[in-house]
Amino acid sequence: MTRTSRWFFLMAVFIYLYAPIAILVVNSFNSSKYGHSWKGFTWKWYDKLLDNNALMQAFWHSLTVGLLAASFAAVIGTLMAFSLYRYRFALKKAAGGMLFIVMMSPDIVLAITFLVIFMVLGIQLGFWSLLISHITFCLPFVVIVVYARLNGFDGNLLEAAKDLGAGEARAFFTVVLPLSMPAIVSGWLLSFTLSLDDVIVSSFVTGPSYEILPIRVFSMVKIGVSPEVNALAALMLVVSTILVLIAQLFIRKGKNQ
Amino acid sequence: MNFRFLAIALTISWLAIFVFLPHLLLVNTSLLTPHLEHLAVWPATLDNFQKVFTPLYLSVFLHSLELSAIATIICLLIAYPFAWIVSAHTSSVRAWLLFLLVLPFWTNSLIRTYAIKILLGKNGVVNTIMTGLGLWQEPMQLLYTEFAVIFGLVYLLLPFMVLPIYSSFDKLDPTLLEAGRDLGAHTLQRFARIILPLTMPGIIAGFLIVFLPAMGMFYIADLLGGAKNLLLGNIIKNLFLVARDWPLGSAFSVIMMSIMALMLLVYARVNHYVQRRGGLDDQNL
Repeated sequence: MTRTSRWFFLMAVFIYLYAPIAILVVNSFNSSKYGHSWKGFTWKWYDKLLDNNALMQAFWHSLTVGLLAASFAAVIGTLMAFSLYRYRFALKKAAGGMLFIVMMSPDIVLAITFLVIFMVLGIQLGFWSLLISHITFCLPFVVIVVYARLNGFDGNLLEAAKDLGAGEARAFFTVVLPLSMPAIVSGWLLSFTLSLDDVIVSSFVTGPSYEILPIRVFSMVKIGVSPEVNALAALMLVVSTILVLIAQLFIRKGKNQ
Repeated sequence: MNFRFLAIALTISWLAIFVFLPHLLLVNTSLLTPHLEHLAVWPATLDNFQKVFTPLYLSVFLHSLELSAIATIICLLIAYPFAWIVSAHTSSVRAWLLFLLVLPFWTNSLIRTYAIKILLGKNGVVNTIMTGLGLWQEPMQLLYTEFAVIFGLVYLLLPFMVLPIYSSFDKLDPTLLEAGRDLGAHTLQRFARIILPLTMPGIIAGFLIVFLPAMGMFYIADLLGGAKNLLLGNIIKNLFLVARDWPLGSAFSVIMMSIMALMLLVYARVNHYVQRRGGLDDQNL
């Protein structure tokens, strides 16, 4: 392939990936409800979005679950990665296998396993069931990045800390944690992304007491067109792009130090 | 109570309660008798697995397999050259290209499916452009067809195919290609004998993370497929949340898990083979 045709191919793929989203963004400013043609610029769909309490609430719920799940997954996943890296214990192989299963299982299978366990444990479907299942499906991704980072640094640092009298906890907090921070941050970002993107698991473990975005949006777009969703998509895209760029800066800064 | 104990206890208990036990319960449920009020009751039976193979369910199951298989192959055909081209760039360009690839994930995948619905609608952009250019006499029915489901599946799953293939291209040792050239292998030979076998783990890994999940994406079939193009996910969702036949729903999931186990086995074999031949490690997943 020539250079030009290679760039042409890359462009075509990116157009495929971005054109549908671009159309949503453009239509979010279009006066015409159905977006068949351009009828002039308007902010009214954004106004409607802000007035749509159910949709806004679902959005905040999704954001809350995403932030909390990513944070818990980052903390628990880091501890898991550290345990798997540093200690020998019974069931260590099994723990690795379980993480692998979570990563490889299709979402729909995971969703059902969560639903079944919540029924058996008597956990009401709602906020807690959503949070627990989101933490769980994010965990393997945090463990992988953090574990790789731990594997990459000098094990003598930990020994040095121990020789200088630091206990396990102290060594973890003063040596391991700062060194693996870039990995933890990217694990957090990955988890947040996965949580925000999820539809399948959430559809199964959500309850009427805590409606989140995919469920709300699903009922809105199943039948017809709803321009508020266009506005929401545009907002999510802008906010997430800014967030990712900030995170990139943060990670790059961490690397330079 | 020391730190070591706490870290290990957390690891084991979380995975036991929220991963191991649920999977065990799922397998168990697939062997129980459905019950309207208690969902699943003893005695154990294999009826659920027999029901999976009745013509009604089997035809939907096979159709779903077919849709996923086509979508996976199209993903592969796009992702392979894409990953190849990306891996040939300098690392800063690569980072940007991969960033652009995953950026759409930050908008929920349901919203992106809705975007496809708008794109393919009767008065959508595709129809407007094609009729506007005079290529089509009148708007075509794109939505609620097999085409729309496959289009949506490829759209959502493409990055999952690109990333593992990219990772195996990234590890491909360029000196092997030079050696091939020095020994007189022409382009096609170098591709068939060096590049393709060494990127095979990436291809299979991509296949693994696209093919089965594709069968579960019920919302794509709901929004784009209409009543005729159901995916396995639609059946499972319906059995669990509407018909409330949990044992049969579990049986379908157990079958999915078994297919996955089988595919992992193949992956392990291929990886083993490549390791022996090309000295690569097992890091594509």
